[in-house]
Amino acid sequence: MSKLDSKIPEGNVEQKWTKYKASVALVNPSNKRNLEIIVVGSGLAGASAAASLAELGYKVKVFCYQDSARRAHSIAAQGGINAAKNYQNDGDSIYRLFYDTVKGGDYRAREGNVYRLAEVSNSIIDQCVAQGVPLAREYGGMLSNRSFGGTQVQRTFYAAGQTGQQLLLGAYSALNRQIGLGTVDMYARHEMLEVVKIDDKARGIIARDMVTGKLERHFGHAVLLCTGGYGNVFYLSTNAMGCNATAAWKAHKKGAFFGNPCFTQIHPTCIPVSGDHQSKLTLMSESLRNDGRIWVPKKKDDIRKGNEIPEEERDYYLERRYPAFGNLVPRDVASRAAKERCDEGHGVGASRMAVFLDFKAAIDRFGKSQAKKLSIENPTPAQLKEFGKQVVEEKYGNLFTMYEQITGENPYEVPMRIYPAVHYTMGGLWVDYNLMTTVQGLYCLGEANFSDHGANRLGASALMQGLADGYFVIPYTIGAYLSKEIAVKPIPTTHEAFVAAENEAQAQINKFFAIKGSKSVDHFHKRLGKIMWEKCGMARNEKGLKEAIVEIRELRDEFWKDLRVTGKPDEMNPELEKASRVADFLELGELMCMDALNRSESCGGHFRIESQTEEGEALRKDDEFAYVAAWEYKGNYTYEMHKEELKFETIKIAQRSYK
Amino acid sequence: MNLTLKIWRQNSGKEQGQLVTYPVKDISPDMSFLEMFDVLNEQLVSKNESPIVFDHDCREGICGMCSMVINGRAHGPKTGITTCQLHMRSFKDGDTIVVEPWRAQAFPVIKDLTVDRTAFERIQSKGGFVSVNTGTAQDANCLPIPKDDADASFNAAACIGCGACVATCKNASAMLFVAAKVSQFALLPQGKIEATARVKNMVAQMDLEGFGSCTNTGACEIECPKGISLENIARMNREYLVANCKD
Ligand SMILES: Cc1cc2nc3c(=O)[nH]c(=O)nc-3n(C[C@H](O)[C@H](O)[C@H](O)COP(=O)(O)OP(=O)(O)OC[C@H]3O[C@@H](n4cnc5c(N)ncnc54)[C@H](O)[C@@H]3O)c2cc1C
Ligand code: SF4
Ligand code: FES
Repeated sequence: MSKLDSKIPEGNVEQKWTKYKASVALVNPSNKRNLEIIVVGSGLAGASAAASLAELGYKVKVFCYQDSARRAHSIAAQGGINAAKNYQNDGDSIYRLFYDTVKGGDYRAREGNVYRLAEVSNSIIDQCVAQGVPLAREYGGMLSNRSFGGTQVQRTFYAAGQTGQQLLLGAYSALNRQIGLGTVDMYARHEMLEVVKIDDKARGIIARDMVTGKLERHFGHAVLLCTGGYGNVFYLSTNAMGCNATAAWKAHKKGAFFGNPCFTQIHPTCIPVSGDHQSKLTLMSESLRNDGRIWVPKKKDDIRKGNEIPEEERDYYLERRYPAFGNLVPRDVASRAAKERCDEGHGVGASRMAVFLDFKAAIDRFGKSQAKKLSIENPTPAQLKEFGKQVVEEKYGNLFTMYEQITGENPYEVPMRIYPAVHYTMGGLWVDYNLMTTVQGLYCLGEANFSDHGANRLGASALMQGLADGYFVIPYTIGAYLSKEIAVKPIPTTHEAFVAAENEAQAQINKFFAIKGSKSVDHFHKRLGKIMWEKCGMARNEKGLKEAIVEIRELRDEFWKDLRVTGKPDEMNPELEKASRVADFLELGELMCMDALNRSESCGGHFRIESQTEEGEALRKDDEFAYVAAWEYKGNYTYEMHKEELKFETIKIAQRSYK
Repeated sequence: MNLTLKIWRQNSGKEQGQLVTYPVKDISPDMSFLEMFDVLNEQLVSKNESPIVFDHDCREGICGMCSMVINGRAHGPKTGITTCQLHMRSFKDGDTIVVEPWRAQAFPVIKDLTVDRTAFERIQSKGGFVSVNTGTAQDANCLPIPKDDADASFNAAACIGCGACVATCKNASAMLFVAAKVSQFALLPQGKIEATARVKNMVAQMDLEGFGSCTNTGACEIECPKGISLENIARMNREYLVANCKD
C-alpha cells in the first residue's frame, strides 16, 4: 500500500469540489481568532492566501526575503492569466480549460485538482477586477483576451506585458488592507531556514532576520509554504536572483515528500546567453508567439543577418511541423524544436544557439487593418509600417523595449533572437487535495507545490494556479485541519522543538563560516548549473543522468570543503544567504537527476532521448509511468520513491498531438 | 573596458560611510551594470574582503528592488530604466563611475547601497486598496470600464515602488509614488467609494514618515523608470482638496 492518500473526493469530476465545500468542517469565527497561521512567501499564492485567511479572522504572519511583499517574483510574469469565462464566445468552457490543462501537462496531473482549478478560474478574474486590477479592455469597456500556447481559444486575460505585476499588486493591496487592520503581521527581509515539528505536526518556523542576522522562532497552528519555484538550481533561469528551494527543501528533509522533482519547464522564448558574465536570463513573453513567427535559415551555418535572408530560404519550422497549432504549440514542444534546429546547425546569432522570432508579417498585417480602420485609402508603405508598429507597440511595447535594452538591437526593425531557458518547475512538494504535504499542518501553495500542471505547464496557468490556491482553495481546505486544532493553545517558542530547530539552522551557518575555503558561492552555483543544464536539461539520457549524479556529489563535497563565505553571521550578508540556498540546490539537483533517471519515458518537459517516436516527438509510457513520483527523504542523501497512481476517469488518455 | 568605480561603503546605519575606489578591468559592454558589480564582488571575495551589499532581485526592471544613484542620477544615466536594466554599453572605457545609495531621511541606509524603504509599506497599508473581501465580487464584465480609463489606471499602477522619485527629489518627497497609487484607484469606479479616506490617510502617513513636501520641480517624473507622470500628482491634489472640502 502506498503511503500517499491524495484525498480526492468521490464522485464525478464536476461534482467533487462542490460536494467537498458543502461538507468540509468549518471553524467558527471566535475560534478563528485564536488560530495562528504562518504564510511563508508573499507572491500570488502567499499574498492571496494570507489576505483571504486574515479576512476570515485567522491571525496571520507573512514572511518574504525581499524588502517588500510586492517584490515576490510573481511580479515578473508578463503574459497573462487563464480563465474559462468564454467572454469571446469561442467555445470555451470549464471542461475545455480542464481538458487543455490535463492534455498540456501530458497526462501527468490529477484530474480532480485540475478540474477544481478550471472551476475557480472565473472567480479569480472577478476578484481581481473588484480589487481594481486594471486588466486590458476593449473599446466597449469589456475585458480583452489573447491566446496562449497549447490552446485554440482566447481565454487569457492580461495587463499589457505586466500581468503578474498587476495581479500581484492586487493581492498585495488586499494584504496591505489586512496589515493596516492589524490582522496580518508582515516580516519582510526574513528568510525561513527550518520547519518546526511537534508531535509530527508543523508548528512553526525558524527565520533569519536578514538585516540583523538574528534567528527568530515563530509559532503557527499551521504553516503554509508559498515560496515559489526552484529553477535557480540551473543557475541561469528566468527566476529572480533570490528564488530558492530552501523552504521546500528543509520541509522535505523534515518529512514532506517531493513530487516529480525532475519536471522542469524550459521556456522557448528567452533572450539568448551573451557571455560568461550572465547572471540571469530574461523571458520574452509567450504572448509574442501570437503574432511573431519563428524561423531559422534553411541553409546550415548561414551567417547572414535575418533581414538579408529571403523568404524562400527561411524555415518556419513550427508551422511546418505542427500545422494545426503552428507557432502556438506548447512550450516543451517549441523548446525542443528550437534545440533540434540549433543542434542541426541552423542556429543564428554569434553563439549560433538562437532562432528568430520575427514580427515583420505582423507589422504588415496590423498596418493594413489599422489603415482600414482609419479609412486611409492607398496608404504608403511607410505609413503602413508606422501603423503596424503602433499596434505592435500597444500590444508588446514593454517587451520590445526590454529586448532592445538588453541586446542593443531594435526588434521593430530586425527579428528578435530567442533561445529556450529554464523557467518554471512543475515539480515541488507533494500535496493532497487539501494542499497539505505529507507533514500534518504543513501546506504548500503556488509554484512550490507539484500539483496541477503535470509534466508541462501551459502558459498563463501558473498565475491562475497561484491565485486559485490562495484565494479560493486554502480558505476552505485549511478548515478540515484547523477545525481539529481549536483546543491547541499557542505553543511557547521556548519548546524544545523550537530550540532544536534553531540550533540546526545555527549549526549550518557556523559550518559555512568554519570552512574558510577559497571559492565563492557563485563559483559552485555556476558549476552546478552547468551540470544540470547539460545533463538534466532539455534532453536527458541514462548515461548523462548517471554522470550528473556523480558529478553533483563530488561538487557538493568540494563545496563543503572549499567554500568561502565572507563577512559575519550577525549582519546583512548576501554571501551567507546565497551559501544557504546553494547548499540546498546541491542536494535537490541530485534528486532531480534521480527522478529523471527513474522516469525512463518522455512526457511534457521531461524528454528522455531513449523514449521518442520516429518523428522525434516525446513518447510516453502510460503503462509504466502514469504516476506521480513522490520522494521521501531517508537521511544522509538517500531517498525512497512512492507512487501515486494517476487515474483518468473523465479524459481518455491519449498521445498528445499538435499537428 | 576598464573603469574606476567609487562606491559608497557604510557598514551599518549607525556608522559613518565613505566612497571607496575600486578599479575594474575587462568589462564587457554586453554586461548589465549589476553583472559588473558581480564581477567586482567576486574579486573582493577572492581577496577575502567583504563584497558590496546592494538590493536587487528580478534583474529585469519590474520588482523595484534595485536602487543605485549612479553619477548623481537615480538608476543611472539613461531614462526609463532601472539600475538592473542599465548595460555597460552606456559607458566608455576609462570612465569613473560614482555609485551611492538612495538618499532620503525616510530611507535610512542599512548597509552600503541598501536602504530601508518600509515607509512605503506603511503608506500603502493606510489606503492602497479597495476593501473587497475574497469571494464577494460580481462577474467581471458586469462593470464595463472605458478603455482609456483602464489604460490610464494601468499606467499609474505600473509604479514599481523603487523610490527613485524620492531619491531624486531635492525635498525627498514621495508625492509621485503616493499619487500613482491614489490615481490608479481614482480612475476606476471600484476605487471611488473609499476615495476620500484613501487620499487623506495615505497623505497623512506620508507626512508622518518624514518625506518632504512637493515643490513641483518635476525631477521625479524624469527619473522615474516607469514613466509615472506628474499628472498623477495633480490628480491626487484634486482628490485631496475634494476630500478636505467634504469635511
Ligand atoms: C519571467 C516570468 C514570467 C512568467 N510569466 C507568466 C505568465 O505570463 N503567466 C503565468 O501564468 N505564469 C507566468 N510565470 C510563472 C508565474 O509567475 C509563477 O509561477 C508564479 O507567479 C509563482 O507564484 P508563487 O506565489 O508561487 O511564488 P513567487 O511569486 O515566486 O513568490 C515566492 C515568495 O516566497 C518568498 N520566499 C521564497 N523563499 C523563501 C524563504 N526561504 N523564506 C522566506 N520567504 C521566501 C519570496 O520572498 C516570495 O515572496 C512567469 C514566471 C517568470 C519567472
Ligand atoms: S513613481 Fe516611479 S520612481 Fe517613484 S517609486 Fe514608482 S516607479 Fe519608482
Ligand atoms: S532588480 Fe528588480 S527592478 Fe531591478
